[in-house]
Amino acid sequence: MNPFSSGTRLRDMIRAIRASKTAAEERAVVRKECAAIRAAISDNDHDYRHRNLAKLMFIHMLGYPTHFGQMECLKLIASPGFPEKRIGYLGLMLLLDERQEVLMLVTNSIKQDLNHTNQYIVGLALCALGNIGSAEMARDLAPEVERLLKFRDPNIRKKAALCSIRIIKKVPDLAENFIHAAASLLSEKHHGVLITGVQLCIDLCKISTEALEHFRKKCTDGLVKLMRDLANSPYAPEYDISGITDPFLQIRLLRLLHSLGKDDADASDAMNDILAQVATKTESNKNAGNAILYECVAAIMSVEDNGGLRVLAINILGRFLSNRDNNIRYVALNMLMKALAVDSQAVQRHRTTILECVKDSDPSIRKRAVELVYLLVNESNVKPMTKELIEYLEASDPEFRGDLTAKICSIVEKFSPEKIWYIDQMLKVLSEAGNDVKDEAWHSLIVVITNASNLHGYAVRSLYRAVQAAGEQETLVRVTIWCIGEYGDMLVNNAGRLDIEEPLTVTESDAVNVVETSFKSHSFDLTTRAMCLIALLKLSSRFPSCSQRVNDIIVQYKGSFVLELQQRAIEFNSIIARHQYIRPSLVERMPVLDEATHSGRKAGSVPAAVSTSQGVSVNLPNGVSKPSAAPLVDLLDLSSDDVPAPSSSGGDFLQDLLGVDLVPVSSQSGSNQAQMSGTNVLLDLLSIGTPSASSSPSTIQVSPSNIDTKSPVDLLDRLSSPSAPSVQVSTTAGSSPMLDLLNGFPSSSPIAVTEGNGPAYPSIVAFESSSLKLTFNFSKQPENPQTTLIEASFTNKSGEVLTNFIFQAAVPKFLQLHLDPASGNMLPANSSGSIMQKLKLTNSQHGKKSLVMRIRIAYKVNNKDVLEEGQVNNFPRDL
Amino acid sequence: MIRFILLQNRQGKTRLAKYYIPLEESEKHKVEYEVHRLVVNRDPKFTNFVEFRTHKVIYRRYAGLFFSLCVDITDNELAYLESIHLFVEILDHFFSNVCELDLVFNFHKVYLILDEFILAGELQETSKRAIIERMGELEKQE
Repeated sequence: MNPFSSGTRLRDMIRAIRASKTAAEERAVVRKECAAIRAAISDNDHDYRHRNLAKLMFIHMLGYPTHFGQMECLKLIASPGFPEKRIGYLGLMLLLDERQEVLMLVTNSIKQDLNHTNQYIVGLALCALGNIGSAEMARDLAPEVERLLKFRDPNIRKKAALCSIRIIKKVPDLAENFIHAAASLLSEKHHGVLITGVQLCIDLCKISTEALEHFRKKCTDGLVKLMRDLANSPYAPEYDISGITDPFLQIRLLRLLHSLGKDDADASDAMNDILAQVATKTESNKNAGNAILYECVAAIMSVEDNGGLRVLAINILGRFLSNRDNNIRYVALNMLMKALAVDSQAVQRHRTTILECVKDSDPSIRKRAVELVYLLVNESNVKPMTKELIEYLEASDPEFRGDLTAKICSIVEKFSPEKIWYIDQMLKVLSEAGNDVKDEAWHSLIVVITNASNLHGYAVRSLYRAVQAAGEQETLVRVTIWCIGEYGDMLVNNAGRLDIEEPLTVTESDAVNVVETSFKSHSFDLTTRAMCLIALLKLSSRFPSCSQRVNDIIVQYKGSFVLELQQRAIEFNSIIARHQYIRPSLVERMPVLDEATHSGRKAGSVPAAVSTSQGVSVNLPNGVSKPSAAPLVDLLDLSSDDVPAPSSSGGDFLQDLLGVDLVPVSSQSGSNQAQMSGTNVLLDLLSIGTPSASSSPSTIQVSPSNIDTKSPVDLLDRLSSPSAPSVQVSTTAGSSPMLDLLNGFPSSSPIAVTEGNGPAYPSIVAFESSSLKLTFNFSKQPENPQTTLIEASFTNKSGEVLTNFIFQAAVPKFLQLHLDPASGNMLPANSSGSIMQKLKLTNSQHGKKSLVMRIRIAYKVNNKDVLEEGQVNNFPRDL
Repeated sequence: MIRFILLQNRQGKTRLAKYYIPLEESEKHKVEYEVHRLVVNRDPKFTNFVEFRTHKVIYRRYAGLFFSLCVDITDNELAYLESIHLFVEILDHFFSNVCELDLVFNFHKVYLILDEFILAGELQETSKRAIIERMGELEKQE
């Protein structure tokens, strides 16, 4: 019985679904149908099986799950009649694909059907195999398909030919079995068999060089003749498409000739005439004709060189390019890209037209055109081309702008004849589409600017002008802020003015204004604002007159909810307010950034030193500490949400905060230095000195002559030890040792630290043994006299390195002890380094009882455990 | 090679979807949604080609129906555009003046026609008459 004759329920179901007014109603209908179908499936209902599956297919098309019908397909395929099989195979192709295990079960049914006496059933099986056959099926059924290539009915032969394509794609090893059968298909008369045969040959050529060689030798002449017959064929109504006989077959033939002629002079020679004929004689007023011409040009471009043909092909593309039909222009652009490799001169002649296409309203055309323009640019035409593209940037669609800016940036970077031109062009791009510029592009601009020492002033002044006009373009603002921070003085005093520049009068406060406006703008993200903050710090030193104002701005952000800004604001405020002496050297100009490393980084290569270090965190000079596994990509790394992890060594902190180059000695900071010295530009970019002293001559050393720079720990130790009267531990003191350290600098001058200002509580030697010395330094918060802050400093007097160093302390009940983590657990030999540890002691009997403490120190020397114990009784009184 | 063929109306309802490459069901729905979004609002003067992921969609609109073919980037766009038209002519001939409803109620026949026109992602027959005749023979088998 026919399930699809009128009155059957498939039609009714479709009607019911279409009649549903809401999605819920439709779901209800589908649910009901599915329930009925499931019931029929479990009843093993034979009569309506194919009708049910047909319904299921419709439901599947609507997007509902129908996996429960998969087995029904197999049952239908296994049933004897054509109508059942037809729906079964249809369901199989719709509901399953090659990855489902169930498909394995159907292999045998397909095999039987491939050998069926009814050729229509054979056709169904071939169709299923060709559309969803898996590699296993291909292997199992290849012999059947091979045999069917010689079947008497052409309808089966053409299906078998396409099926063979699927087979050789799934199992390339089988390709050679099909070579001869495929070649014999080429001498057929039936167009369906011919086109599938040609297609099979094309795919065989891709997979097997043996096939390629065979067809080249045996079939080239036949194919050329076939092509000629078709091209010269009189009107053939059956295959006629707008006056051209079977353009599909012609295109396939050209494509096969294309494969055969590539890299083979003889074959190319054999097909020259016909290619020339097709190129000159084909009608180009209809799509079908153009499709043939397009394919012919593609063939000409890849067959062995024949000057005359190439000219012909380029001329066709030129005609295409000026066609009014967008489709034709699109394929012309597409093909010109290939032609570029063959004859770039000829393509260059169409430059103006191609540039026009960049401005087309159709995004598909624009995209092709931009890609092509990108390939067309060279040293000699970069200036006019860039000019055109930048002019167009203004008018371009927002969604296209990202693509276009990326290409322009890449072009100017690659071909810029001189730095000043590059800077100018980038400025234009940033002003026009700064919000679309990728990070790498503006990073490169900064790198180029730092490298052009004669253009620093010019760059900062141009940027200043640009930002006045286009202050909403974020990346422009970033670059400007950075340059003002670095070269703000040159902006104001017009240093290094070029002849071409117009004079510009900018006061110091104008410069600060720019930074302040951007800083306070809500439209900019954290990176930009963090850059502003750093620029402000730098300006506070460059422009002493504005120092107070800068400080006022910074102070406002001490309460910022954005952790990064808050922390920087507190730090910078502290630098400005208390550390006039070191500030100028802290904020000195950045060293020149290495262009080679920068471009290397862009290519994705992270310096080995960084990538190999594991576990240890790399401290970025700007204070954000990150796991070293993450490549250091961000220029400032301020945008990351990472909270600066408290580092254990005081030396690291100072390094972190200021990026000052402290020559590494302490074990921990030493290892960090090693990782950082992979000349990492981005690391360098914001650090004031470079982490590795050797990489830059302009490294700043915070090393007033009377301070021992060999050890950062020593340095800090000395600075902070006599601290009692001057220390104003801020409220965050406990949690932020770094602030402590900074505040530990007496604001006037470090020299005073080592000389004057004797501490109220003298340091004591709390413990001393043959190998160890422990010193305690005391300080107190005035508002909290019960609490004593102790800084313990351990030094190793012996000649051996002490490792796994652990300090423990115990106190009587009236005391409360809090131990902060130690700065390290390794003590270098011969007093050449020390471990610092902070203790907080609260004396509940303050004024009545003195402090007392038992200590225990465990460490390893030469891999032997050593334990030292002692009691500290010599605390100063009234602590 | 054709990777998939979609026949969608302006509302994005899929009337025919044929995949010659394996895709997950969810991925198919995503593809159908994306292709519809890509083609539905394009200016008629624009090219009939849209780049889609790493491939190209060649589409053509007939009244309220969009016929979209996803093909390899190196394929001949103009030829596939022409083949869409041939397919539509075959449908038109078969259903004598085809409309969307014909395709809805006779979706299984549309698949059958398609299977006679394209197989394994390649063109199988270029003669309209041959396909119509073949369909007649197949219907006799029912």
